[in-house]
Amino acid sequence: MNAPSITTTAPTDAVTRRFDLAAALKDSGKSALITLGLAIPILSYRTEQSGADLFLSQRWGLVAIMCALVFGLRLFLHAFTATKAYRQATPSAHQATEPVHAEPSAFQHVSKFAIPFFLGIALAFPFLIVMIQGGLGESRYWIDLGVLILTYVMLGWGLNIVVGLAGLLDLGYVAFYAVGAYSYALLSTTFGLSFWICLPLAGILAAMWGIILGFPVLRLRGDYLAIVTLAFGEIIRLVLINWVDLTNGGAGISSIPRATFFGIPFTNDEGGFANLFGLEFHTMHRGIFLYYLILGLALLTNFVTMRLRKLPVGRAWEALREDEIACRSLGINTTNTKLTAFALGAMFGGFAGSFFAVRQGFVSPESFNFLESAIILAIVVLGGMGSQIGVAIAAIVLVGGPEILRNLTFLQAVFGAGFDPNEYRLLLFGIGMVAMMVWRPRGLISEREPSVILKERKAISGSLVKEGHG
Amino acid sequence: MRWLQDPILDVQHLTMRFGGLVAVNDLSFQAGRGDITALIGPNGAGKTTVFNCITGFYKPTEGMIALRKPDGSHLLLERLPGFDINWRAKVARTFQNIRLFSGMTVLENLLVAQHNPLMIASGFTFLGVLGLGGYRRAEKEAIEKAKFWLEKTRLIDRADDPAGDLPYGDQRRLEIARAMCTDPLLLCLDEPAAGLNPRESLELNHLLLSIRKDHGTSILLIEHDMSVVMEISDHVVVLDYGTKISDGTPSEVRNDPKVIAAYLGVADEEEVQQVVAEIGA
Amino acid sequence: MEIFVQQLINGLTLGSIYGLIAIGYTMVFGIIGMVNFAHGDVFMLSAFIALIFFLILTTWLGISSIALALLIVLIVAMVLTSLWGWAIERIAYRPLRGSFRLAPLISAIGVSIFLANFVQVAQGARNKPIPPMVQDVIVLFQGASGYNVAISYKQIIIMAVTAVLLTIFWYLVQKTSLGRAQRACEQDRKMASLLGINVDRTISLTFVIGAALASVAGTMYLLYYGVVSFNDGFVPGVKAFTAAVLGGIGSLPGAVLGGLIIGLIETFWSAYFSIEYKDVAAFSILAIVLIFMPSGILGRPEVEKV
Repeated sequence: MNAPSITTTAPTDAVTRRFDLAAALKDSGKSALITLGLAIPILSYRTEQSGADLFLSQRWGLVAIMCALVFGLRLFLHAFTATKAYRQATPSAHQATEPVHAEPSAFQHVSKFAIPFFLGIALAFPFLIVMIQGGLGESRYWIDLGVLILTYVMLGWGLNIVVGLAGLLDLGYVAFYAVGAYSYALLSTTFGLSFWICLPLAGILAAMWGIILGFPVLRLRGDYLAIVTLAFGEIIRLVLINWVDLTNGGAGISSIPRATFFGIPFTNDEGGFANLFGLEFHTMHRGIFLYYLILGLALLTNFVTMRLRKLPVGRAWEALREDEIACRSLGINTTNTKLTAFALGAMFGGFAGSFFAVRQGFVSPESFNFLESAIILAIVVLGGMGSQIGVAIAAIVLVGGPEILRNLTFLQAVFGAGFDPNEYRLLLFGIGMVAMMVWRPRGLISEREPSVILKERKAISGSLVKEGHG
Repeated sequence: MRWLQDPILDVQHLTMRFGGLVAVNDLSFQAGRGDITALIGPNGAGKTTVFNCITGFYKPTEGMIALRKPDGSHLLLERLPGFDINWRAKVARTFQNIRLFSGMTVLENLLVAQHNPLMIASGFTFLGVLGLGGYRRAEKEAIEKAKFWLEKTRLIDRADDPAGDLPYGDQRRLEIARAMCTDPLLLCLDEPAAGLNPRESLELNHLLLSIRKDHGTSILLIEHDMSVVMEISDHVVVLDYGTKISDGTPSEVRNDPKVIAAYLGVADEEEVQQVVAEIGA
Repeated sequence: MEIFVQQLINGLTLGSIYGLIAIGYTMVFGIIGMVNFAHGDVFMLSAFIALIFFLILTTWLGISSIALALLIVLIVAMVLTSLWGWAIERIAYRPLRGSFRLAPLISAIGVSIFLANFVQVAQGARNKPIPPMVQDVIVLFQGASGYNVAISYKQIIIMAVTAVLLTIFWYLVQKTSLGRAQRACEQDRKMASLLGINVDRTISLTFVIGAALASVAGTMYLLYYGVVSFNDGFVPGVKAFTAAVLGGIGSLPGAVLGGLIIGLIETFWSAYFSIEYKDVAAFSILAIVLIFMPSGILGRPEVEKV
């Protein structure tokens, strides 16, 4: 974060550029100085509480390390780009001024073999993990992680309908996730309904809320729509906190009935799952069931989306993203079309929400803050708007990536025992979001697949695809 | 005066104000069924505003725009919601600065234009998503229709290319093809020949004439290119500063001193006479 | 009546702070058409900078004059926060200029997440209180029920500082060539650059000014509430954005007016209805304003071009 990105300050006379040590040193020094400026006082002093008073402790060593780090990194970047530029002879002037339009095609043709591959991995994942880890208990962490990633894949696919296909920027998607989770929690705790009845109900309720919230806001355009949806997301969260009679406030709703295998509970007794299927009882049976449940839900989302893309409504969504005015001139009822996208996205959010509730057995407003919406949106945008496989990859990167931090405990040897890499999870997540946008503003897979072909299939370059204005 | 006997479009006392600015002032004209009607006038005369009123993008401040169907019934366009002007009144339009779905293929553009019939065929998505009903057949027919228009506009070879990749002239033709895919009774073209070279412009003339002849679609067009206007139109309406200054056949309008004055920018009646004398009209 | 006047004073104080933040949103939106999501967190960061310098000045350097300390803190916070504003634009937004429209928004959300967590990691997750600096109040009048309507020195300072800085800033934007360049970039960036305006520098300066004003707001916030925490950026940020929209985005007087209105609504809502739902009220106003009058009070309506 403290290192200015190289693309912004690359000298424009790239043709004759060689490694100019003096200039590089000067620039790196400047960057280090800026880092120093940014580090004062927020990094150099730490406020500590003792009793009622605050006092300051100094950490100039840390600042020095940061500045040195930035200096070194910057110098390295200079050297690296200089040699790269030297190798590449003459990069076009266009690249120098507008680096963002460069579209390398490393990921573009990934989808052909990747879809069966990913599907196979996803289906076999629990067995692979159990085999690798050598037991059900040992693979708990990995299966939980798989469930977590798949939840975000599903949310990403749901939001992709709204943002990626219809081009409507929704920053409050988590509201529908919350509606789904709370619907499930309330329906199952008050009326004792089973998961398979609650699931569609939760989805329908979320879709209904999608329509209620969507109807007034869908004539807004661009960032305004984003902000209103954000406001709605926050309103729903605040209502969940404050409407204690219904939602039990910030304490949340607990003791939500656990998932059952189509009515057969995962218990260690007579009618239990293990007993019935002649297996030895293990708590991970439920975990694996949940894994396949969310995988099924995610694949359902994917299937419906892929199907809709080839139907008139899906084409109308994409046309809406491209040009709303032209849509209206062609007789498309733009309000209804937007509403269907909003409602459908909300419905899948609701499904994911009720899955969340049944998995956790507990819901509280804390789980549905703005950060969740931001993560889901980041997954969609990073994936490449509209690309299903891109969204799945992005979910793995963004949700799975930070998990690596958990395993970096060896860093404690470097930074001392008090060092917890997990603290830096969100910090690095933020940096990652910025870096990924600078690196690939159109996401990992920006090409668009046509929904219908006459003779031959040609992918459509991302630079032609519009991002919508709503 | 066929346009008075059987008008497809009847505009009465149309006025459009933007704040204090009067863009269109008490305009009345008719467009005849089966005619090619041209709306001309100097820049800023209010032609596109008239178009936007007819096609529902602006609600006129005053006045009435009636579309008469072949069965004699009529629809008041200013009362219809924007999308119904295409779907129910069967008025299609193109745009001055082309509005294609540039990230979608040429074929997809033409299928989006057939949204409403396809939507019904897919049982409003519910049957389509389950693979029931006659959606497959309906889509095949829609593709056939798209192919017909692609052949007619000589775009068939580019059917699978993104619309944004087409050269300018092709984009203009594609926009017309897309509008025609909605089976319009009245096709409104906003400067269809703008930016075309003479050959393309000639080709456009043939296309428009054939649309009128083979499909019975009436055409209303805004155009600056007089070779297009004079050659193919049956009826010309001239606007200047939002008011109609002339209305008649191309030859009548061509010889109207007021039109010449408007185009040459003379205000005085005497000067007009002088100009007329000079150019020997 | 007494409560009403008291809430009016409180609301105007709070509104001044929102107004100062709102200017940053409105200017950035005006010039590059982007909601600078991280602006609320820049505000929070500046409050921390102010907090630390207060501690340095009062405990280490032993400056006893509160007025002097406040002045120094204000200047230092403005300078350092400006640097942050500049650096954020340079690193996270400039490379994305002229790109995909969503990219800068996502990038801004990333910066927002980064800043909040950076401050959390650097300063700890707990609320940071400072001893009250200015405590005196002036009793304006006493109501029949014995309720004192008072204005505190703090509130006077906040309103006065806001007014003075707004005037200076207003002059800067209206009368100098910087302001002219800014307005030119708002209208047409490409044309402005063809006419020799350094667009990059103008945009940088916009961010710097926005950050500087946010730091004034941050300092005032610290002075007023005496406590700040790492997640104090989001909600005031959204409220200030509401203010900017309410006043008419792109309009500077609108931002201040919107800020005052939001401040008043919030205090009156808390006083007369329910304090729990005060944020719901603010967010609802945001939604209602955007839906029913998207051009705000002083903004120009956007005409849909066909």
